Amino acid sequence: MIKINKLNKSFGDNHVLKDISNEIRKGEVVVIIGPSGSGKSTFLRCMNLLEEPSSGEVIFEGINITDKNTNIDKIRQKMGMVFQQFNLFPHKTVLENITLAPIKLKGLSKSKAEEIAYNLLNRIGLPDKANDYPNSLSGGQQQRIAIARALAMEPDVMLFDEPTSALDPEMVGEVLSVMKDLAKEGMTMAVVTHEMGFAREVGDRLLFMDEGRIIEEGDPREVFADPKEERTRSFLAKVL
Amino acid sequence: MKGFIAAWEYRDFFLNGLLLTIILSIVGIVFGTIIGVIMALMRISNYKVLNKIAKFYVDLLRGTPILVQLWMVYLIIDTSQLMAGFVALSINSGAYVAEIIRSGILSIPKGQMEAARSLGMNKRMAMTEIIMPQAVKNIVPVLGNEFIAIVKESAIVSVIGGAELMYQTNKVRNNIYIGMPPLMIAFFLYFILTFVLTKGVSLIERRLNTNDKNK
Repeated sequence: MIKINKLNKSFGDNHVLKDISNEIRKGEVVVIIGPSGSGKSTFLRCMNLLEEPSSGEVIFEGINITDKNTNIDKIRQKMGMVFQQFNLFPHKTVLENITLAPIKLKGLSKSKAEEIAYNLLNRIGLPDKANDYPNSLSGGQQQRIAIARALAMEPDVMLFDEPTSALDPEMVGEVLSVMKDLAKEGMTMAVVTHEMGFAREVGDRLLFMDEGRIIEEGDPREVFADPKEERTRSFLAKVL
Repeated sequence: MKGFIAAWEYRDFFLNGLLLTIILSIVGIVFGTIIGVIMALMRISNYKVLNKIAKFYVDLLRGTPILVQLWMVYLIIDTSQLMAGFVALSINSGAYVAEIIRSGILSIPKGQMEAARSLGMNKRMAMTEIIMPQAVKNIVPVLGNEFIAIVKESAIVSVIGGAELMYQTNKVRNNIYIGMPPLMIAFFLYFILTFVLTKGVSLIERRLNTNDKNK
């Protein structure tokens, strides 16, 4: 679904991603872990070109999206993204946050978009928050709504950039449970996370990154039980 | 009291001056805002050349006295004092307005633009739907201060002989040989202008905030 070929990214002299190649397959949940500064968020953000790669290719559903002639806005409609800081639109209600893009970009009628939005709000357990403003909600609620906002575009893949890192501990669970349901329904997901329990339980494949490279990859349960690489081992020893 | 009675004889001078001050202010505000919006858009655009031009413009006009700018405009374009006043006030306030708009836009967290783009909005739609509605709430109060500054700075047009309120005030002072009362009248009239403007701006501010129940 997303194929990454020899991806490089530099910020000035700082070489953040070094020749990364990998593939996210349809229906797969790929969890990306690693120490901070390892480039995992940058890697994820390169997949929908929020970060422009310095070199290399990203192929999404057969289309080279790093090509200058590709309409990236159209592509992004099929790639949902969830951010660490939620990034809900504070001047719009929860309902407007969710319906804005489907109405403006897919041309859905207001009533159709709202029907989808209410279904999603039911799914994430917040049917009564439709007319609230984001800042009146807890972090966990905001992040669940951010997931609903991305899902409203009916994307083919969901990218999660440390979705629980900005949350108070007691709210992490509610967000992870929405993500687990999503995984169960067969959504293709790429998740940058520090939640090792989630990675082990939900991940189909785990990528361990350090210093801009994928050091080790494999079935999460196997990697956690028996890491092959020294750096993976020392990282896991610290976080588990 | 004698001075005020003498000044009353010259009430037409004050009225004409006040009228011209209002016109100068309106022109300065309207064209200053137009120039400011254009310069701000150039500053935040992706075109390096436009960025440079806008930055140069802002630095140049904020970094030199408006008095010098006014004289130069007057001598270079060689028109009426009034036209020189219009132009100088507009290009000068344009530089300040550009910075006010730019910093209002920059005050919106980067994540807002990223979230909008990640949903598939192009840059223009993200600006009009997401960034500007939020930025306007930061911009309006500061812009109000700039408008008040324009009203006060319009007094400088008197030095090239533009017959606005300050010019007329000086004329009255010279005619009646009494200094203070005409100044007090001008002081009061300027204050009325800026007071009305302040009230108007806070009215707009309040209206913007009623749409924003989260604050």
